[in-house]
Amino acid sequence: MASEKRLRIKTLIMVLTMVVCAVTGDLLLKRGMSEAGAVQFTGAGLGLALAHMVTSGMIWLGILFLLGFMASQMTVMSWADYSYVMPAGAFGYALQTFLAVVVLHEVVSVKRWIGVLLICIGVVLVGQTKPRTTECAERVPEKAVASC
Amino acid sequence: MLTVLLLFVLICGSTGGEIAISHGAKRTGEPKRMRPWELLAFIGQVMSNGWFLLGIPLMAASFFALLILFSWHPLSFVIPISALSYVVGALGAKYLLKEEVNAARWTGVILVCVGVALVAAG
Repeated sequence: MASEKRLRIKTLIMVLTMVVCAVTGDLLLKRGMSEAGAVQFTGAGLGLALAHMVTSGMIWLGILFLLGFMASQMTVMSWADYSYVMPAGAFGYALQTFLAVVVLHEVVSVKRWIGVLLICIGVVLVGQTKPRTTECAERVPEKAVASC
Repeated sequence: MLTVLLLFVLICGSTGGEIAISHGAKRTGEPKRMRPWELLAFIGQVMSNGWFLLGIPLMAASFFALLILFSWHPLSFVIPISALSYVVGALGAKYLLKEEVNAARWTGVILVCVGVALVAAG
């Protein structure tokens, strides 16, 4: 029982890290690309966009957060079910909507609020199930770094 | 017709890639402690796993399909349809990864799928 509680807590922490990294990374990339203006689909336009991408601190910070997202996703999937992590990660859409209202003071449509509500109910429902339903038998022994 | 094919690549590429990476991460085994060096060693091990190397091109194909679809169709069309990847992912988890997807998890996945579609369309 104690180990299941521990499993739930560490899964929750990693999923939250994953969501925060993804949302922050997307926001930083959006900010970074907005600074460059609309990208023109010509040789010169794409060259300018590329030059902006490699020199923008905002974009590099965004990439760093997205790497953090990927690392936390890989880590959590080493012990939790894919069908548990994947829908839980959708909480990012709800977080983005809350941030849009609170930070950017955007007006959000009723349809979007209903979507956020459905996501939250769905995430809570998935959260009630066991984070891991498979055995550890398929683990490669020589590469294993921890027991299940 | 080409749009349908690209939507297929988008949905199956992203879920197939994530399923392959998930399988690779489980075969590696979880890190013993959450210390930076141990996490980096763990990530290095997952990245050298064949399943990860299979997952990356699948996800890359999905990403390029997404970019092409964005240039042809509005966001409010592409993202709601791509939310189907939650259902396809749950099917993949059940039949390929042999995870136990019970009624509560299915209901949650379907609510999330509809919710993401509404958020994107709204």
